[in-house]
Amino acid sequence: MDDERTKFAELEKLIAEHKDQKGALMPVLQGAQGIFGCVSEDVQKAIAEGLGVTLAEVYGVATFYAQFSLHPKGKYLISVCLGTACYVKGSQSILDKLSQVLDIPVGGTTPDGKFTLEATRCLGACGLAPVMMINGQVYGRLTPDAIPAIIDKYKNDDGEVA
Amino acid sequence: MDIYRAHVLVCGGTGCSSSGSATLIELFEQKIEEYGLAKEVKVIRTGCFGLCEAGPVVIIYPDGTFYSRVKPENVEEIVSEHLLKGRKVEHLVYTDHATKEQNAEKALEDINFYKHQKRIALRNCGVIDPENIDEYLAMDGYRALEKALTTMTREQVIDEVLKSGLRGRGGAGFPTGMKWKFAYNSVNDQKYVACNADEGDPGAFMDRSILEGDPHSVIEAMAIAGYAIGASEGYIYVRAEYPIAVKRLQVAIKQAEEYGLLGDNIFETGFNFHLFIRLGAGAFVCGEETALMHSIEGKRGEPTTRPPFPAVKGLFEKPTMLNNVETYANVAQIILHGADWYNAIGTEKSKGTKVFALGGKINNTGLVEVPMGTTLRTVIFDVGGGCPNGKKFKAVQTGGPSGGCLPEALLDTPVDYENLIAAGSMMGSGGMIVMDEDNCMVDIARFYMDFIVDESCGKCTPCRVGTKRMLEILTRIVEGKGEEGDIEKLEELAQTIKNTALCGLGQTAANPVLSTLRFFRDEYEAHIKEKRCPAHHCKNLLQYVITDKCKGCTACARVCPAGAITGEIKQQHSIDPKKCLKCGACMEKCRFGAIIKK
Ligand SMILES: Cc1cc2nc3c(=O)[nH]c(=O)nc-3n(C[C@H](O)[C@H](O)[C@H](O)COP(=O)(O)O)c2cc1C
Ligand code: SF4
Ligand code: SF4
Ligand code: SF4
Ligand code: FES
Ligand code: FES
Repeated sequence: MDDERTKFAELEKLIAEHKDQKGALMPVLQGAQGIFGCVSEDVQKAIAEGLGVTLAEVYGVATFYAQFSLHPKGKYLISVCLGTACYVKGSQSILDKLSQVLDIPVGGTTPDGKFTLEATRCLGACGLAPVMMINGQVYGRLTPDAIPAIIDKYKNDDGEVA
Repeated sequence: MDIYRAHVLVCGGTGCSSSGSATLIELFEQKIEEYGLAKEVKVIRTGCFGLCEAGPVVIIYPDGTFYSRVKPENVEEIVSEHLLKGRKVEHLVYTDHATKEQNAEKALEDINFYKHQKRIALRNCGVIDPENIDEYLAMDGYRALEKALTTMTREQVIDEVLKSGLRGRGGAGFPTGMKWKFAYNSVNDQKYVACNADEGDPGAFMDRSILEGDPHSVIEAMAIAGYAIGASEGYIYVRAEYPIAVKRLQVAIKQAEEYGLLGDNIFETGFNFHLFIRLGAGAFVCGEETALMHSIEGKRGEPTTRPPFPAVKGLFEKPTMLNNVETYANVAQIILHGADWYNAIGTEKSKGTKVFALGGKINNTGLVEVPMGTTLRTVIFDVGGGCPNGKKFKAVQTGGPSGGCLPEALLDTPVDYENLIAAGSMMGSGGMIVMDEDNCMVDIARFYMDFIVDESCGKCTPCRVGTKRMLEILTRIVEGKGEEGDIEKLEELAQTIKNTALCGLGQTAANPVLSTLRFFRDEYEAHIKEKRCPAHHCKNLLQYVITDKCKGCTACARVCPAGAITGEIKQQHSIDPKKCLKCGACMEKCRFGAIIKK
């Protein structure tokens, strides 16, 4: 609960910083996504009040962009690149394998809240195609074979994985 | 400044960072210290060298030795052998895939990959430390801004850009000087310049590399543009998915401000220019100019009809001039060396150079910059080194989701705006994806259509509904359920969408389908009429079969998740097609090449 309160305090500060800026809604939503990991209805309400815009406007913008999620994501966010360079080198089979190993569909989160599986477009590491990213860590030159071992590393770890 | 006897350049581009170049930098610094060389050797983190495939890349100057795929455990050897004793570490020196040549005795410029290139936009990428403005200044940085502000009128600057023949590198190829002139002609108390760094083509990373490797080149050009059109503020719209680029831009803007190269009264001329960064949020359509401006305004990034054009009414309802990152990256050089220097490079209507992100089934994945008019064959085979593993080239895709796929027969096309359109594709922003015999062209068309359906903003019906219909048909075809008449339906839908969609996304959405239909129609027909995928890619249309090369090692049977493989040890195995899930695991496992797709 306290945790929530500090987060909302942080949001308030963020809103104050951007309030007078032109086009403030985007940077505030981006900041909020960073603080909360998603922009739930409560967060949207706080932003609408803080910036003096309607909730409908906040909702409209939040749902337009892929970066904002309305629901929390797993502890580890796995993004498999389906950019063209990766796709022609077989990244679909990497995604299929992950979906099978984690037993969740693309876009889904495991019941224990540990993993979210997503498809993304070009991560800029096309030279390493096919590529996936787990919380900022990039894995390149992948084969479906290599997937279970990588996932195990995260599964068995309760702290941070380097 | 200290004088160093040698420099160790470590690539800090996204490709090499992903494969651990940050660790290499730390280790180099540590080992150089340990060997007592700290006063003689300097380590520099640069932007992308271009040859990302060979990453992480390390180059040692003054001799220009090019080390590839360097691992942490190799660092000490490089320091103790090369830097201390002057002996190159031969086994780490880059080997050319095509010629199998090592460059130990060769200068960097002589490697095939670099030989055909001419680097103007990428001039400083992989050469300087992008987070140190002094290094940019040492490469004539901000001299073009000084020249423009102190010796040229605003009209002269625009004239120079106009005469250079520079055209927009974001895709449409609109003459840059003309765009500047329109914005100059707009009278208003406030105008803006903006930079499109939303790089939407999935599989392209030219703009990202420029921002990561040489952010000041874009900042300087935006200031020059601001002076020319009469704008005191600029916005850079960058994809949020590019964290390294964003950080380097922030650092660069701050340093430029500290040096008085951004801010008020630049070079004591009374010219003020302030620059702001705005982050995109993952919507391809925001690369379209009107959508991009709505997004900066904090709204949904939906395109609106033009006119009014941004030069009249753009960002915050004020006249706005938008250029692409790579377009800007050429400007300072044009001002410095003159329009005639620039327009001597390239073809009649396309001047200068173009950066391409080479990817897919090609040996030298990476970034290349070649003069306009270089043939596709030169780019793909001489610079790119051709397809890996001896596979046969099938097609090259240019122009991203708005472009097309060109076959082998058109490889001698000289690359420029007009020629690529005449050939049935387009320049686009510079993505160039190579496909080999294993890629199914119908599936590639489906892939792009899936992307478009995902990214259509939904504002107009032809694009929202039409592209979905096309995707349904393409999916049906690759699943082996194609029907007689599907090709005609695709063509009809394509025409309708092209003619009636509101923005460029919809208007060009059918191009990948139309170009594959034009050049690879037989593949569509094989899927529909014979229920066969000639590339053996589409799962529903292929079978895994074990040939008599089988040694009966049982490896395949052990990995098969479906228990579809049976056979006695040391006897030929076989696959039950009814059980097989077509996951391909068995084929990957077989060391004897006994499993094939049919
Ligand atoms: C759907 C769509 C996506 C686009 N994406 C980009 C992009 O990612 N980067 C870019 O520079 N231009 C993109 N453009 C082109 C821009 O609208 C605009 O023409 C360009 O940024 C202008 O700069 P230039 O004249 O320097 O090329 C896109 C256009 C459309 C219709
Ligand atoms: S063509 Fe597509 S992306 Fe463009 S405005 Fe219409 S629906 Fe939106
Ligand atoms: S792995 Fe290859 S050789 Fe071994 S049993 Fe299977 S098909 Fe035969
Ligand atoms: S493709 Fe997969 S399911 Fe089919 S036989 Fe091979 S391993 Fe088994
Ligand atoms: S297409 Fe996957 S990293 Fe570029
Ligand atoms: S990222 Fe290192 S060479 Fe391209």
